[in-house]
Amino acid sequence: MTSFILKRVGSALITLLVVAAATFFLMNAVPGSPFVTEKSTPEMVARAEAKYGLDKPMVVQFVNYVKGYFVGDMGVSLKMQQDTSVADIIFNQNKLTLSTRVGAFALLLAIILGIPSGCIAAYNRGNGVDGALRVITTIGVAIPGFVVATGLLVLVGVQLQWLPVRSGSLETASAFILPVIALAFYPSCYIAKLTRASMLDAINQDYIRTARAKGLKTGTVIFKHALRNSLIPVITYLGPLTAYVITGGFVVETTFSIPGLGKYFISSILNRDYPIIMGTTIVLAALIIFMNLLVDIAYKLVDPRINLSKGDE
Amino acid sequence: MNGKLLEVKNLQVSFFTSVGEVKAVNGIDYSLGYNEVMGIVGESGSGKSVEAYAIMGLLQSPGRVVGGNVLFQGEDILNYDAKQMTDLRGNKISMIFQNPMTCLNPVYTIGNQLSEALTCHNKDISKADAKARAIEMLEFVGINNADKRFAQYPHEFSGGMRQRAMIAMALICDPKLLIADEPTTALDVTIQAQIIELMKDIQKKTDMSIVFITHNLGVVAEICDKVTVMYAGHVMEQGAVNDIFYNPQHPYTRGLLRSMPRLDSESHARMIPIEGTPVDLLDPPKGCSFGPRCEHCMKICLRNDPPLVQIGENGHLSACWLHVRHGAESKEAK
Repeated sequence: MTSFILKRVGSALITLLVVAAATFFLMNAVPGSPFVTEKSTPEMVARAEAKYGLDKPMVVQFVNYVKGYFVGDMGVSLKMQQDTSVADIIFNQNKLTLSTRVGAFALLLAIILGIPSGCIAAYNRGNGVDGALRVITTIGVAIPGFVVATGLLVLVGVQLQWLPVRSGSLETASAFILPVIALAFYPSCYIAKLTRASMLDAINQDYIRTARAKGLKTGTVIFKHALRNSLIPVITYLGPLTAYVITGGFVVETTFSIPGLGKYFISSILNRDYPIIMGTTIVLAALIIFMNLLVDIAYKLVDPRINLSKGDE
Repeated sequence: MNGKLLEVKNLQVSFFTSVGEVKAVNGIDYSLGYNEVMGIVGESGSGKSVEAYAIMGLLQSPGRVVGGNVLFQGEDILNYDAKQMTDLRGNKISMIFQNPMTCLNPVYTIGNQLSEALTCHNKDISKADAKARAIEMLEFVGINNADKRFAQYPHEFSGGMRQRAMIAMALICDPKLLIADEPTTALDVTIQAQIIELMKDIQKKTDMSIVFITHNLGVVAEICDKVTVMYAGHVMEQGAVNDIFYNPQHPYTRGLLRSMPRLDSESHARMIPIEGTPVDLLDPPKGCSFGPRCEHCMKICLRNDPPLVQIGENGHLSACWLHVRHGAESKEAK
């Protein structure tokens, strides 16, 4: 296990380096500069660029960035909050907290809703309950996140006026509800579909027949013997799900006016605030990599056949 | 011991599919005493496994018992409700299956799955006692290092070991009856021999009866006291193992025996297959279901179903018009 985690940390660092390089060179490939405004003169832009080291060759700039990250220096904002450290902006201004809070609730909701409804659908295969769930889940995976978010906003926030339209800094519980539902809708439907399929697969396996032949009660057969096996594909999905929740978070934060990291990330791209783009990308990438590591460990806990220390997973 | 442990009377099982009713088991009868081993032989699709699932109450939809009785120790278990069946399964009647590779749950240890079979029928038993009993059972079926093996997962066991573990699991509650559904079919020949040896050994040590379902006549000769030959959901011939092997009467049984490789035959002698293909159970032929493939087929065979008649001592029965002679004692079930 330890050697597995060490190996994964090593490969995570390499992945992060690749992510950083790709982001850095791509964002610099876009023409323009953070300091170009209507009133700026070429001299002013050159002076500002020299101040932040943007006049140096691309490779030197990149190496400086990477060096900085190793000693915990993520650089300073060029424009949006000029000269404030990026680390401060991401970690101390509540932005990451807001985003992860919405994301974590959505993730939890997706699991809590998705797995049981998948089980219920599988158990009721072919009848009305299964049919109704199939309609809902198919709609859920077919509609894009921004449509769900806007739809909820218009219906519940504007028409019915049950919940606030602006979620802001999520100070009240009611502010949470719409963004979390909007973000969890697609993944809960997807998890329900996955669980249904793998549950149906599991209950037709020979070991389920063995379990019944042993004289176990139906509940034990389903929840002990079938569910654990059918969770394996669901766990696999949790890695990509984290990525979805992060990217989906951008849309939801914009729709519900939450000043989270996602919203800030988009503004930083529009403003060409290079250090913030780099910092945000790397923090989010690290989060996704970390979640995938957790998924692999969870995998091992559920399925003993998986040997983490052997081969490349 | 006197009395019958299991009596199957006119059992009928059908599958109600979208294209019609498939009569998988068409009124079969047999009985099994205490401490007796009955072989049920037949080719694929003859209804032998379905019949066993019907007894266990493990038929999957759209399969349903449509008639008959299954008396276990005198009680008709087909009338049992779900809870009574759950109490019976694994406790009084156990079953082992064809493919030990897929019959154990891959995510739980052998020990967990073994003790579970015990604790679900004995609520009072302590965890330590259940473990001790499970280890004892593993040793009983010939698994070495049983206490270490107890904590291992199925994927750490070989096929033969898994079947041994399945047997241990089936026997952990001391059942009166073990139904073995082709327990050796998926194993290679040397392992097959070991498992048969083990089952013979166990049968000697306990007073358990076994229903041994197989299409391997060699296995039947090894282990069984009585044999029922099935074809298309009907009993074709039934009798003591010696009668079936040395004095087969029904053309189907003879065909089966002829199609089997023999050690004492000439080196170039060919096995003789039974001509034709198994019947389509959706549209069974009129009369004797084996009629269309039978080399002795007569006109009556294609018109009327032959009754099961006694043709010899020790309950040697055959369902063939060849044996319905004047004076033959009819043992027709209905």
